[in-house]
Amino acid sequence: MTDVSLGMPQLPAPDYPADVRARLEADAREVVARYPDSRSALLPLLHLVQSEEGYVSRTGMRFCAEVLGLTTAEVTAVATFYTMYRRKPSGDYQVGVCTNTLCAVMGGDAIFEELQQHLGVGNNGTTPDGKVTLEHIECNAACDFAPVVMVNWEFFDNQTPDSAKRLVDDLRAGRPVEPTRGAPLCTYKETARILAGFPDERPGAVEATGGAGPASLVGLKLAKGETAPGARVVHPRGEAPRDRPTPGSGHLSSHDAPQPTSASDPRHPSGPVGPAGQDGPVTEEGE
Amino acid sequence: MTLAPEMTSPDKLLAPVLSAFWDQPGSWTLETYKRHEGYEGLKKALAMTPDDLIAYVKDSGLRGRGGAGFPTGMKWQFIPQGDGKPHYLVVNADESEPGTCKDIPLLFANPHSLIEGIVIACYAIRSSHAFIYLRGEVVPVLRRLHEAVREAYAAGYLGKDVLGSGLDLELTVHAGAGAYICGEETALLDSLEGRRGQPRLRPPFPAVAGLYACPTVVNNVESIASVPAILNRGKDWFRSMGSEKSPGFTLYSLSGHVASPGQYEAPLGITLRQLLDMSGGMRPGHRLKFWTPGGSSTPMFTDEHLDVPLDYEGVGAAGSMLGTKALQCFDETTCVVRAVTRWTEFYAHESCGKCTPCREGTYWLVQLLRDIEAGKGSPGDLDKLNDIADNINGKSFCALGDGAASPIFSSLKYFRDEYEQHITGKGCPFDPAKSTAWADNHVEVTA
Repeated sequence: MTDVSLGMPQLPAPDYPADVRARLEADAREVVARYPDSRSALLPLLHLVQSEEGYVSRTGMRFCAEVLGLTTAEVTAVATFYTMYRRKPSGDYQVGVCTNTLCAVMGGDAIFEELQQHLGVGNNGTTPDGKVTLEHIECNAACDFAPVVMVNWEFFDNQTPDSAKRLVDDLRAGRPVEPTRGAPLCTYKETARILAGFPDERPGAVEATGGAGPASLVGLKLAKGETAPGARVVHPRGEAPRDRPTPGSGHLSSHDAPQPTSASDPRHPSGPVGPAGQDGPVTEEGE
Repeated sequence: MTLAPEMTSPDKLLAPVLSAFWDQPGSWTLETYKRHEGYEGLKKALAMTPDDLIAYVKDSGLRGRGGAGFPTGMKWQFIPQGDGKPHYLVVNADESEPGTCKDIPLLFANPHSLIEGIVIACYAIRSSHAFIYLRGEVVPVLRRLHEAVREAYAAGYLGKDVLGSGLDLELTVHAGAGAYICGEETALLDSLEGRRGQPRLRPPFPAVAGLYACPTVVNNVESIASVPAILNRGKDWFRSMGSEKSPGFTLYSLSGHVASPGQYEAPLGITLRQLLDMSGGMRPGHRLKFWTPGGSSTPMFTDEHLDVPLDYEGVGAAGSMLGTKALQCFDETTCVVRAVTRWTEFYAHESCGKCTPCREGTYWLVQLLRDIEAGKGSPGDLDKLNDIADNINGKSFCALGDGAASPIFSSLKYFRDEYEQHITGKGCPFDPAKSTAWADNHVEVTA
């Protein structure tokens, strides 16, 4: 909603159709039962409503609020905090290019640049056919496979601009695409259902692509005396990157514009609470 | 970089334990895990009393593998006993620190080592419900965890009366939704309670008032997954590796402009020089410029630090932190200003907004750095950067702010002239095309 608000509050979101609601309520009961406190189910339930519509709609947030006995304001506050919840309808395949420092330097910036030109969309843009949503993502814990592209949160390791362009072309043409690590692609909605805690029932999905990627095994192989040092054999997707001029030379970090957030109520009296700047024992990352 | 003349033998320097059978068929299955002494440590643990078990893990010297290195057994010991409240174990699998890539391959290839560790830990701290908080962006790992938990329930390692011990244990796999801050343990707990992931004021610490205000242990994946081997092979075996204060084995993740990026499991205290020597060094024809010992939040090192022992004390004495042992190596083609700018953009994006120094400070750091990178900086900007970082470091609510300041301080310390070059030369002197993974493909034979 980019329209200027004229002070009229939004009407409550419409409910799901009765059959959809009944189905989601059954799923929701299963999710809530996993936790000692029902509110803990909120993140999985937001994944669940995302699996219904492909994004977290106002209807989805209303559903979560009603199931958990929360206000829609409480649900909205949570839904807008986390980057994996989409705020608008998007493509079947979310293509995320890692542009955190290491991947960016290793070629992620060039890949992201080329994909934007190739698809004619910017960050968070969706192709007109509704197939691909492109975005740049943060470090996805696969730095030894850099540069990394994620499609619906499956790993596509050691990418190049060419392999990434072929990947999105295949996705748009409906050709089967298999990740380097992970299961054959399902749609974004189906992925969201797994994230809600419902196991992937497709035969072969769990074992797809084997135990570990090549980079995960280099130390083990060295320890076993299996490979000569310096051997690097990870060109995925059957390709040796070609000798060609490299795009993306303009590397200014300009593609990180903030997303719009839901408007807050300027008259609400509450402000930040609690003492800040506590000099407690410094622990990093919870350890 | 120069390689040491004597050949160091990888089989003597490395010590695959958690990664020992990642190359075996079906490495993620219960069957393969049991073939490699899986769940043997649990049997030995259940033969002890919970208090003896805590003491045993404490004596082993195992320290947290998630960043700060807090002794794992001591965390368990802090849980008050006989308090009548439920106790919880929460495993931090929100691996998001830039450069860090150890827990994700571990869980993908060997999820049962974590589940066995969880059962042992819950028996020790008298918990009947554990959670794995996995970052959401790794669906292949989530699939394997769902399956491994299903197998463990079916085999009686989870559920009612585990292996006849009287322990009842539920294990819930919980997928996050994309927020680096949830790796901070109290933010993780808020997130697991269905809230925005913002850190809590401490004290009270999670050991006293954690999940649902009950005593809670929050441990990193690798810490918990290391426990079964300690039980099975003994604390003396564990202590035979590493040093007195940093005993045991751990996963080092080599990435960036190196010949063989990947996971290297070794006793604590190995050096980057040893790891590079055995793995083919930097990519051909290039030399090491700067690297992080444990992710972007740990102050960067240069080629002066190749011989720093990579354990908690060694890295600390050299002015950084062991962190997550994420060894991101960058060669001379890399612009340090570009690298730091991108990391800073990450911290600004991930700052949860709760406290002012971090929320505002990271924002202004980004503005200054983008200008410097674009050749629009002025001479006073470097001192200003330093000043803002100083106003974030130690003055923020949680360690995210300290992490944001680290690359600023350390890069200004080692590469101030490179920043100045950007300002006086009104632009970046580096060609990013030369840093890419495919930049040297046409000259490979001459390297």
